Amino acid sequence: MVSMISLGACAPRSGQTDGVVTLRFWALGREGEVVKDLIPEFERRNPGIRVAVQQIPILNAHEKLLTACVGGVTPDLAQVGNTWIPELANLKAIAPLDKLVQRSGVVAQADYFAGIWDTNVVDGSVYGVPWYVDTRLLFYRTDLLAAAGFPEPPRTWRQWMEAMRRVKARAGPGRFAILLPVDEHEQPLILGRELGAGLLRDGDRYGDFRSPAFREAAGFYVGLFRSGLAPAWSNSQINSVYQQFAAGDFAFFITGPWNVGEFRRRLPPEMKDKWNTAPMPAPDNSRDWPGVSVAGGASLALFRGSRHPAEAWKLVEFLSEPAVQVQFHKLTGDLPPRASAWGSPSLAGDPQTAAFRAQLERVVPAPKVPEWEEISIQIWQSLEPAIRGRSTVDAALTDLDTRVDRILEKRRKVLARRRASGR
Amino acid sequence: MAGEVKMSSEVRAAWLFVGPGLAIIFLFFLLPIAAALLLSLTDFDLYAVADWHNLRLVGFDNYLHLLRDSLFWKAMRNTFYFVLVGGPLTVVVSLAAALMIQSRLTRFPGLFRTAFFAPAVTTLVAIATVWRYLYHPNFGLLNHALGWIGIAPIDWLGDTRWAMPAIILLSIWKNFGANMIILAAGLQSIPESLYEAARLEGAGWWRQLRHVTLPMLAPTFLFVAVMTCIGYFQLFAEPFVLTRQGEPLNSTLSVALLMYKEGFRFWHMGYAAAVAFVLFLVILAATTLQVRLARRGEA
Repeated sequence: MVSMISLGACAPRSGQTDGVVTLRFWALGREGEVVKDLIPEFERRNPGIRVAVQQIPILNAHEKLLTACVGGVTPDLAQVGNTWIPELANLKAIAPLDKLVQRSGVVAQADYFAGIWDTNVVDGSVYGVPWYVDTRLLFYRTDLLAAAGFPEPPRTWRQWMEAMRRVKARAGPGRFAILLPVDEHEQPLILGRELGAGLLRDGDRYGDFRSPAFREAAGFYVGLFRSGLAPAWSNSQINSVYQQFAAGDFAFFITGPWNVGEFRRRLPPEMKDKWNTAPMPAPDNSRDWPGVSVAGGASLALFRGSRHPAEAWKLVEFLSEPAVQVQFHKLTGDLPPRASAWGSPSLAGDPQTAAFRAQLERVVPAPKVPEWEEISIQIWQSLEPAIRGRSTVDAALTDLDTRVDRILEKRRKVLARRRASGR
Repeated sequence: MAGEVKMSSEVRAAWLFVGPGLAIIFLFFLLPIAAALLLSLTDFDLYAVADWHNLRLVGFDNYLHLLRDSLFWKAMRNTFYFVLVGGPLTVVVSLAAALMIQSRLTRFPGLFRTAFFAPAVTTLVAIATVWRYLYHPNFGLLNHALGWIGIAPIDWLGDTRWAMPAIILLSIWKNFGANMIILAAGLQSIPESLYEAARLEGAGWWRQLRHVTLPMLAPTFLFVAVMTCIGYFQLFAEPFVLTRQGEPLNSTLSVALLMYKEGFRFWHMGYAAAVAFVLFLVILAATTLQVRLARRGEA
């Protein structure tokens, strides 16, 4: 309890012996494993700096970072999911980077995809440098679509709907047009953002899921299940996405870049040329194509408690160099957030990655409130009864707004107090 | 006068002896409980971590929200399911194992004692990792064995109906060894003369068990039942490792796991403390009930 109260200040523990600085760098999951291959080059160029990479399992990473901040044992820098940035910035755990970015010869904001960069900006200050991007779009079976009369992927929701109807009509019972796991919030979130839904209102103080835009998106999303185009399966009910995709159980799947590698590895060889990716269709012809998707991925952030911010920034700059990013892409399959890195042959010449390049020009962040993690879970939990026919879309959205309002209750109090004290 | 001085020095000596123990109890038991109670009356969260001024006393708000939270009731139902089904099964299996290794007919009792006790001293995380393979729907040994007797494969950890039975099975296997050792010690302390007398009266195995073994074992049995019950109410590590924190669809979400998630995932420390306190009260009530029932049984 007592240690929990002496908070905020994150005590540094970095070592410095014989003029050699040791940076503590936390990296998550697969990236944590692979980044170790890039470090020797950095250490060769910077003889005075050693990097100790600690690999953290992705499932526990968020909890571990928060606990570290509260306990005052944060690293010098870390890979953080970009939706966590508002939370860590609110905690005053990570440092604003505006001045460092302005002076930097490597981290050039103009070269980054705007929507991705934006996820790192909280109250006008940038708190992280994008490291790699995740954004979801359509994965589809080219053969099933062509057989249904769609040699090209759909560009509007109307075309998309027609394609799904025809695919379903040809597939018959037990097979579906699209897979939308009911325990994921990303799909309804993307559809909502495509129609311009704000999701939260009044300075992110209240839920705004009953807005006309989100209602339309939720109606479209729930309608896909009600009309039998999508099965009401949760992730635990899906045996194997790859086997089922290969078997033609569904023709569309909205997922992210990590699945490009997985599809190549896990689909049987005869499926090799029977799938592709496409940017999200636009809601209608009056809107730009591609439709927007939601910006995800991870950034590199410096912790306020670090005693060696200058050295840590050097590592951020090194990992942000386009050439290093291309190498990182080859090692992980992660997509670089910089336009210049996309010029490399390994990315530019890959047909199944090309759609991501187009999509990245059209991504927007999720709402930037510290409570987002909690709200995102609530989105699918409130929509699931409507999908399963136990509730209506309107009732589900009313329920969602009520719950989100409660989650944001503390935020409203804090903002009111800040205004009263003139900060 | 001299007597009083002597008394007080004795008292001083007594305090000196119990002092360290009391200090530890105070520091590591009473103080945290008081702190948790206090915490549960506040809205301590991430905003309060960032700035102290965002901490508010909210009275019993956390408790009121808790009682209206459907997830809390779900966790409570899951926990009671686990305790009421898993607890008695564990105790019965422990007793059977204890009777077996104490039986004169058993060969190599030492070997069995060691083998049965081994799970109790193995890390749960390692056990759970191995059991994940046993439970695998396609390649798991368990489904393979069920296949021999014509039972279709069960998705042990993915099906909402089977996930909790899977956790119970693992817990029984993990815990019966330790209980068995305690019950075996209780069995050894029953005088042989009682069995001789019973046999002279013509009592068979069953009647000896029913009228000699069980009544004489009652205090040990109560101890084992209470400890198992308390431990099972705190169900945490099994679902944490085996079913990725309560999946599928929260069907293995226990109260302790809910507390952990609220506390460390969303950092609602005030709310998590309220969950902890309610769990404490439930365990206290269950234990009291058990002891009362046992006393009535003796009378």
